[in-house]
Amino acid sequence: MRAQIQFLPDGKRLHMQDGPIDLIVEAFGDSREVQTAYDAASRRFISVLDELCSELPLLRAQVRGGSPKPSGPVAKRMFEAVLPYAERTFITPMAAVAGAVAEEILETMTAAAKLARAYVNDGGDIAIHLSPREQFVIGMVERPDRPSLFGTATLDWSANVRGIATSGWPGRSFSSGIADAVTVLAEHATMADAAATIIANAVDLPGHPLVVRVPACSLDPNTDLGERLVTQDVGDLSDEDMNCALGNGIETAQRLRSEGLINSAALNLKGRTRIVAAESAAPTAFSPRLNLRKAHVCA
Amino acid sequence: MPPDNDAIRCDACPVLCYIKPGRTGACDRYGNRDGQLVRLDPHLVLDKAVSRGDSVVSFLGREQDWDGKIVSGPETFVTAIGAGTTYPDYKPAPFIISSEVQGIDMVTVVTEGIFSYCGVKIKIDTDRHLGPETSLVRAQGEPVGHVTTSEYGSQMLSLGGVRHLTGGSKHEGTVTCETLLNLCERKPVELTIDGGATVQVQAGKPPVVDGTQEERMRVGCGSATIGMFAKQWFGKVDDVVVVDDHITGVLSEHQAGKLLGIPDTGIKIKGRRSTPGRYFRVAEPGTAWGGTNIEDPLVILQEFNPKLAWPGLRLLMVSTTGEQHAYFELDKSLRPVQRDLPNTLQESVARIKENCEPALCTVLFMGGAGGSLRAGVTENPVRLTQSVKNALTRVTCGGAPVYVWPGGGITFMVDVTRMPENAFGYVPTPALVAPIEFTLKLEDYAALGGHMDHVRPLSSLLSERRLSSRPEK
Repeated sequence: MRAQIQFLPDGKRLHMQDGPIDLIVEAFGDSREVQTAYDAASRRFISVLDELCSELPLLRAQVRGGSPKPSGPVAKRMFEAVLPYAERTFITPMAAVAGAVAEEILETMTAAAKLARAYVNDGGDIAIHLSPREQFVIGMVERPDRPSLFGTATLDWSANVRGIATSGWPGRSFSSGIADAVTVLAEHATMADAAATIIANAVDLPGHPLVVRVPACSLDPNTDLGERLVTQDVGDLSDEDMNCALGNGIETAQRLRSEGLINSAALNLKGRTRIVAAESAAPTAFSPRLNLRKAHVCA
Repeated sequence: MPPDNDAIRCDACPVLCYIKPGRTGACDRYGNRDGQLVRLDPHLVLDKAVSRGDSVVSFLGREQDWDGKIVSGPETFVTAIGAGTTYPDYKPAPFIISSEVQGIDMVTVVTEGIFSYCGVKIKIDTDRHLGPETSLVRAQGEPVGHVTTSEYGSQMLSLGGVRHLTGGSKHEGTVTCETLLNLCERKPVELTIDGGATVQVQAGKPPVVDGTQEERMRVGCGSATIGMFAKQWFGKVDDVVVVDDHITGVLSEHQAGKLLGIPDTGIKIKGRRSTPGRYFRVAEPGTAWGGTNIEDPLVILQEFNPKLAWPGLRLLMVSTTGEQHAYFELDKSLRPVQRDLPNTLQESVARIKENCEPALCTVLFMGGAGGSLRAGVTENPVRLTQSVKNALTRVTCGGAPVYVWPGGGITFMVDVTRMPENAFGYVPTPALVAPIEFTLKLEDYAALGGHMDHVRPLSSLLSERRLSSRPEK
């Protein structure tokens, strides 16, 4: 048994880990239903990594118009989510793997049991289930090495948002952009994951001397990005530069929004946050201010 | 993917990563250290009972025979050390998921803290003079800290901090980071103090001062030693001088001697008299008798007053640790002549030694997690601090208890010897990476089952940095 599955000390949240996959899972509802959901999630989880690894070369290859489809259920989710970007940019299914795993586990749970709410958090890429009149409040952090909230997002059942994902160069995955964090709300976690990668890459200042970039393969021989340059450090940028980089990201985010690929996005660069969302007061809204009524917040 | 020549292949899971030296695989748990595949950051679980002082159990092993049931481990405390990261798509944002409509109730993720503001406070149990206060402390020739105010029986060093980590040259920062990391990992570190000694420091071990291992810390200052042992000397010797860099004590003049009716001996001590029988600055600080620079104790004596002294007067001189001692008797011209220590006095000298605790170096890691936390929440920083300061949030470091300094921010200290091994890391910034766990009590979580404790292991978000995955510049 390679995978590890156990409750966190609160006895409520389930922690699942297998190789590089690490999930925090929590379901809300009748306790028997929750138990049923957890059992189903656990049974499903133990084979996910093997499934993905069985077609890893394909998942690490660039998706083009005529690319062969992978066969596994999680891999299919990944492939479908990146396909809309294949025509315009380099992308591989791996750009959406975390969201896809989260979504697969979440759907396994909701198919097995009747839950009021649930989430599967795959390292910040979160798949969400909300039954009528339920909501979640999500806190956002710009830099993992300086954890502090820069905003919240309220996810209401009435909005068509069931996925949230974040990307940025300081994270575990490589990014060719300079955003500290781009958080995306979308219809599904897999879509959010792919879009966050794309928008984070777009927050950029190509060729800027203060941005340190190295070939991805020089850091990680396994990378799907090959010789492509990835960001390793961002120096002190001028206000003008930062606005320019954020502007590039906003342009991309607005385009994805108009195409229905995302619901909204919050772009963060060195403490500056820009929101891309509907003009009107949408039922799903990023709030740049924190609601700290209860202040159960920590670094 | 064609492997690089120096990459090794990890077979811990089916991803089968090739890993370059100094880097980790996709999981951040396994890495290439000098060509060896090693589990770099064991995901540790401290059994709560065990965390009170026993050994640490590994996160693996426990669930090896998983039977398909969900295993619950409420008695264990998951630490942030090497906590799981989430390749292939780990994202930088920790999230907070609320169970309520409005408020934020719990933090779901996550980081081992990267402490730019951090350092170590070192307590070195020795009377030996290590160097003047405020002197620079160097490692490998680079300034890494300074000598700070001494404490009872101990010399104190303060190392690290932003000024050495990032405020000086790159090499100074690198050496400071390495020094802090080694000290926190309980490894021996050689430190040289400007105008003072070279001392080898290792948490939980005796200091080695200029090549000599310190055995015991002093029982007390010279005056305190007189007070403690006056009765045991009474009748066996006419006068006792306890040599100490801080306060040298003289039995016949000391209040303790007066109470016992010990007559004046005509002894005269060089140095500045504080109160009867207590002398400051009998010599310069050093690494010899009682933390002074004197090798021959007689140099602190002036001639005996012939009106009071008498031939045959018995004098014991001893240091505050009992390590050095000498016994004299006055000859006809009232000059002290060294003799063997009488059996009757050997016991009291041994008793001084026995009452001296083993000299140790203790290392407290001190870091601040508060500034950025408050900066991120400018609306009401006081409430945020209160959530940590009050019982809402308990802070631990690798499962070890911490002292959270009062006032703003979350600045804490932790005894590194109470933390599991390999708890610390670094990033090339340079800054130290330390685990930090926040345990939140959600009193009003009634809808989901009433009172319960929420343990929040903050998982390792940037452990690849700690493993120097950033390109070396």
